[in-house]
Amino acid sequence: MAYVAVKGGEQAIDHAHAWLAEERRGDTAIPELSLAQIDGQLGRSVDRAMGEGSLYDRELAALAVKQAQGDLIEAAFLLRAYRTTLPRFAHSSPVDTSDMRIRRRISAVFKDLPGGQVLGPTYDYTHRLLDLELAHDSGGATPKCHDPMTAMPRVPDILRREGLMEPDGDGATEPGDLTRQPLAFPASRDVRLQALARGDEGFLLALGYSTQRGYGGTHPFAGEIRMGEVAVEIEPPELGFAIDIGDILVTECQMVNQFKGSKTVPPQFTRGYGLVFGFSERKAMAMALVDRAMRAEELGEEVTAPAQTVEFVLYHADNIEATGFVEHLKLPHYVDFQSELENVRRMRREHETSPPPAGGGLGEGAVRTLVNR
Amino acid sequence: MSASIDLPGFADPVTEAQATFRAVLDAMARPGTIHRAGQHLAAPAPLDGATAAVLLTLVDHETPLWLDAEAAPARDWLAFHCGAVLVPEPDTACFAVALSLPDLARFSAGSHEAPEVSATVVLQVPALASGTRYRLSGPGLREPEELSVTGLPPWFITQWQQNRTLFPRGLDVILCAGTMLAALPRSVSIEEG
Amino acid sequence: MKGYNFAYLDEQTKRMIRRALLKAVAIPGHQVPFGSREMPLPYGWGTGGIQVTASVLGRSDVLKVIDQGADDTTNAVSIRRFFARTAGVRTTTHTSEATVIQTRHRIPETTLRDDQIIVYQVPQPEPLFRLEPSRIETRRMHALADYGLMHVKLYEDVARFGQISISYDYPVLVNQRYLMSPSPIPAFDNPKMHLMPALQLFGAGREKRIYAIPPWTEVRSLDFEDHPFRPIRAPHPCGLCGATDSYLDEVVIDDKGGRLFVCSDTDHCAERRAAGHVGSEGLREAAE
Repeated sequence: MAYVAVKGGEQAIDHAHAWLAEERRGDTAIPELSLAQIDGQLGRSVDRAMGEGSLYDRELAALAVKQAQGDLIEAAFLLRAYRTTLPRFAHSSPVDTSDMRIRRRISAVFKDLPGGQVLGPTYDYTHRLLDLELAHDSGGATPKCHDPMTAMPRVPDILRREGLMEPDGDGATEPGDLTRQPLAFPASRDVRLQALARGDEGFLLALGYSTQRGYGGTHPFAGEIRMGEVAVEIEPPELGFAIDIGDILVTECQMVNQFKGSKTVPPQFTRGYGLVFGFSERKAMAMALVDRAMRAEELGEEVTAPAQTVEFVLYHADNIEATGFVEHLKLPHYVDFQSELENVRRMRREHETSPPPAGGGLGEGAVRTLVNR
Repeated sequence: MSASIDLPGFADPVTEAQATFRAVLDAMARPGTIHRAGQHLAAPAPLDGATAAVLLTLVDHETPLWLDAEAAPARDWLAFHCGAVLVPEPDTACFAVALSLPDLARFSAGSHEAPEVSATVVLQVPALASGTRYRLSGPGLREPEELSVTGLPPWFITQWQQNRTLFPRGLDVILCAGTMLAALPRSVSIEEG
Repeated sequence: MKGYNFAYLDEQTKRMIRRALLKAVAIPGHQVPFGSREMPLPYGWGTGGIQVTASVLGRSDVLKVIDQGADDTTNAVSIRRFFARTAGVRTTTHTSEATVIQTRHRIPETTLRDDQIIVYQVPQPEPLFRLEPSRIETRRMHALADYGLMHVKLYEDVARFGQISISYDYPVLVNQRYLMSPSPIPAFDNPKMHLMPALQLFGAGREKRIYAIPPWTEVRSLDFEDHPFRPIRAPHPCGLCGATDSYLDEVVIDDKGGRLFVCSDTDHCAERRAAGHVGSEGLREAAE
C-alpha cells in the first residue's frame, strides 16, 4: 500500500484553505485592509472586478478584491458566482449617457465642443515616474478640486444632426442575456456588446490593438470618451412609468469610423461602442474597436481578421471561462495519460516488428461504424 | 378567474418537482414504462394528478404553453402556479396539454440543427395499463416493451409513424392518466401489439 | 445550507436544465444547448456535471463522486462535499450503493444497474472540435450527419501509424445517428457505454451543452472492418488485488524504472481485496 497515491484529499483541502487564509491576512502586526480603503484607494481594481464580474456593487466588489488577495479575475469570479444566485426582478431602461453627470469627457475629433474638453482624473499626462512621496502616509487630505459637471451633448448626436452618423437602435426589443440563454449564432449586437462588457480587458485590448495594426482595421477616431454617473431606471409594468433606482459610474466610448455607403445607405459614419462599469477607459476603448470590427459582415466588409470573427471573439472573451479551462489542466489527468502511455508503447512495439505499410493499411470499403443507418 | 386557482400547487415544491421530474426522466429513458406522479396534488379539473404534476415541474414563463379546448378550464391555475404564458397557436408552443390526441403536425418539430426546439405534448388519456396494446422498441428498451393505453384513436399509429420519420426532429409525448405516466420520446417505434 | 436552495440551484434553473435533459434523452447523443449558470466552482472543474447532478438529485439519493476512478482525489472530494453541504444527501464510495454517480474520466468497473444514473463531467462536448473549431460549422455537420472529417482523420491515422491513434475521448456513434464525445474516458471504458442498463447523462458547463444516452442504447466506437476498435489497458495484473481485467494506474515507485500497476477504480480494488483477492504487492508485503 505504501506506493498508492495520496489518500486524505479532504484533509489536504482543509489545510490548503487554512494556509490560504493565513496568507491572505499576512503579517498581523500590520492593520487589516478595510473595504472602504479598497474602494477608496484601489478604485480601479474595484471597477474592473465589477465590470468583468457583471455586478455593480462597490462594497461587494471591494470584498471580492480583498478575498482574492487582489487577483482581479478571481475577484470577478467571486462576484459572478454570487450574482448568479440573485433573483431577477426587472431589467432597466437603457441608461441615458447624454444625461451623464460628467467627470471626464474628451473628443479627439473636435477641437472644442459644447461642454468643452474635460480631462478629469486621468493618468494621460502624468509622467510615469514613481512618486516616492506616495510611499509614505500623506497624512492630510488632498484639496478638493472638482465637481461633477452637468449634462453635455454626445459627439455622435452632434454628427447625427447633420445626418452624418448612423442612427441608434430603437431599443424596442428586449435585449438578450448570455447569462440565461446560451450563445447562438448569428449573435445579435446586444448580445455581442454584453459579452464584450463582461469580457477580459487584456483580451479585448490585444484584439482592439490588432485591428489598429491591420488585422481588420477600419480607421477609428475616438469620437468621444466620457465617464461619470448615470441614473438607472426601471419601469415596472404595474406602475407604467419609470422609477430611478440609483446611480452608477460608467465609462462610455464611441469610436467613429467612416463607411462608404451601400446601395441603400448613403456614405456616413458608423460607430463602435464601448460601455463599462466604473472608470475603465482602456477597456471601453478596446471594446469599441472590437464591437466595430465585429460589425464587418453587417456592413458588407470582408471578414479576414480574428477581431472580426464573431464566434472567435465571443467564445474567448470571457476570462472566467478561460481561466477555469486553462487551469483545469492541473487537475489529475493520469487516467488519460496512462492510455496515451500504453498507446505509444504499443505503437512502438508494433513499429519495431512491422512498420506501417506505405500508402496506408486500409482495405477496400472498410468503414464499418461510420455508415449511417 | 375560475375557481380552480384556489387549489394549491405542490405542498413541497422542491421535493415534489424533483420526484416528478425523476418519474418523467425515467419514463423518457425507458419508453412505455409506467411511473407515478401527482399522488399528493389536488389537480384542477379537468386535469389529473399526473398531468398537473408534470406541468408544475416543467412549465414556467420561459415555455409557451398551448391547451386544447378540453384542457382550457385549467388555464388560470396553470397561469398562476406555473407562470405559464398561454399561446393560441400550437406551432409556437414548447408544451401542449391535450385531453384527446391533437394533430401532431401542428406542433413545432424543431430543426435539423436544433431538433431540441420542439414541442412536448402532455396527453392526458382515460387510462394507462389497460386498453389498446402497443409494442414499443428503440433506445431505452432492451427488448420491445408493451404499453396499454385507453383513449388513443386508431390513427395514432399513423401519426406517430410520421413523427418517427422526422427524426432527429419530432415531438415527444408524455401520456398521463390519474397518477400514472409514461413517455414516448421521438426515438421510439410504435406498432399495434 | 442556509441561504441556498436544495442542491444549490434555484428551481427556475433546475426546470430549465430538466427540460434540456428530457430533450437530450429523446435525441440520444445530440448536444442540447442550455443556459449554464455560473457555479461557485471553476469552469472546467465539473460545473456541467454538477448542474446536471443538482437537477436530478433528490433527498433519498445516494451520491458517489469519482475523478480518475478514485473517490479520494481532491476534486472528487470537493464536489462530494459541495453536495453534502448544499443537498445534505447521503454519499458513498461504493458503486453498488450509489443511485447517482458523478464521474470525471472513468466509468466504474462494476456493471451499472438500471436503477442508477451516471453523470459525466464533460470539458469539450464537440467530438469534431480538433478537426473543425467553429461550432457553427460542426452544428451543421451534426444536422447533416456529415462525419466525413472524422472518417478522414481515422483513415489518416491508419495510413500513418497502422492503427487508430486515439487512446481517450475516443469518438462514438450513438444510436447510429450522432457522433458523440464520450468525455475524456480512456477508450478502455468505451465498450461499457454500449447497451448500458443505466441512464448516462453528460454535462458541459463552460460549453453550455447537455447530452444523454438512454439505457440499452447502441454506442459504437468508430473503427474499420480491418482495423477494429481495440480497448487497451496496461498488460499487467493489479499489484494490489490481482485483477487482470480492470483499468490500471501506473505508479512510479522509484527513479530506477520501478512501476506498480494498480486498479484506477479504487472501490473496485478495495472490494476485491475485501473478498480475498491479493496481488503481487500484497503477497510481497505479507512475506516481509
